[in-house]
Amino acid sequence: MEHFISLFVRSIFVDNMIFAFFLGMCSYLAVSKTVKTSLGLGIAVTFVLLITVPVDYLLQTKILDEDGILGVDLTFLSFILFIAVIAAMVQLVEMIVERFSPSLYNALGIFLPLIAVNCAIMGASLFMQQRIKLEPEATQYIGGVGDCIAYALGSGIGWTLAIVGLAAIREKMAYSDVPKPLQGLGITFITVGLMAMAFLCFSGLKL
Amino acid sequence: MSLFSKENGAIFTGPLNLNNPIAVQVLGICSALAVTSQLKPAIVMGLSVTVITAFSNVIISLIRKTIPNRIRIIVQLVVVAALVTIVSNILKAYVYDVSVQLSVYVGLIITNCILMGRLEAFAMQNGPWESFLDGVGNGLGYALVLVVVGFVRELFGFGTIFGFTVIPENAYIEAGGLYINNGMMTMPAMALILVACFIWVHRAVNKEENK
Repeated sequence: MEHFISLFVRSIFVDNMIFAFFLGMCSYLAVSKTVKTSLGLGIAVTFVLLITVPVDYLLQTKILDEDGILGVDLTFLSFILFIAVIAAMVQLVEMIVERFSPSLYNALGIFLPLIAVNCAIMGASLFMQQRIKLEPEATQYIGGVGDCIAYALGSGIGWTLAIVGLAAIREKMAYSDVPKPLQGLGITFITVGLMAMAFLCFSGLKL
Repeated sequence: MSLFSKENGAIFTGPLNLNNPIAVQVLGICSALAVTSQLKPAIVMGLSVTVITAFSNVIISLIRKTIPNRIRIIVQLVVVAALVTIVSNILKAYVYDVSVQLSVYVGLIITNCILMGRLEAFAMQNGPWESFLDGVGNGLGYALVLVVVGFVRELFGFGTIFGFTVIPENAYIEAGGLYINNGMMTMPAMALILVACFIWVHRAVNKEENK
């Protein structure tokens, strides 16, 4: 239980997808114009992460690994397999959301299919693949589906937190006097840089 | 149209400056920030992306008329994933220490927006040779930003270039000098601010073209 909580809190604050690893930066910069849409995207990313990380974990340990069913080390196939799982899951999530909650589907719009090429999703699966090999005592160790869910939930919430925070700042910043060449993209980068500096203070967090 | 005509030249040089993938098109930011704390991984990453963009552009451009429109994203992802797997294994075989430093970011080339962006915007409509030039141009434009940011971060963060010390030993404060390495440069946050400065300079210089 302690390990779950530590993994969860660490992946929100210390190993934040945006501020520590820059994952999912493209949609992060493109969508963070209003708080409402960014919250929707954050929830969608969390949701897809929650499905893909455990599925990829099972694939990695049960099939691709040398101790899996096939008995052959197929790790070199992991990129193709992971991206296929992610693309299929995003498609599935899209259909489910469309069927059961048309209002959420309309709110998310184009962002839902774009999650397939969001680096945060792929990155979480690849980090999971690395963390399986860690010592079981390490705080970042992932050794089961439960750990995967804690990690995916934490990463998703961390990503949501980051995008909502930036969107709120950008909404206010619309009224500021920014130097001409720095407007738009440039000032957004500097804002994210300052936010990342603020998040650096969590790096000493011991759990 | 000849192989080295003026139009093709423009396809190649455009992404290096006026249509730079990072500064103008805002594609492929994630890896650009993460791998630039030192120069060597930045260059390796830039070259890997160039190779993968060029070849995935050629492959997709060759089969573009046979891809059904509905499943084109999956087809593109599979082509890119196969190329990335090859490149990742080559890196592991020949430059193992750099591939360890790059860690997950080699795999993340699959979801690099430069690739999907160029495939969708260019390779699906153009012939193989133009697509190849476009891929190489965009890859090098991306590598250019990586090298600039990597150079600044390594020089000020570690006092080295390519791992060779360039700041004289006796200039350091421990040896009685006045200089100290800026630890902030090695942090992720500085990468964002340096890219912001790059974009600032880029836009200020190319003011007329952007209007």
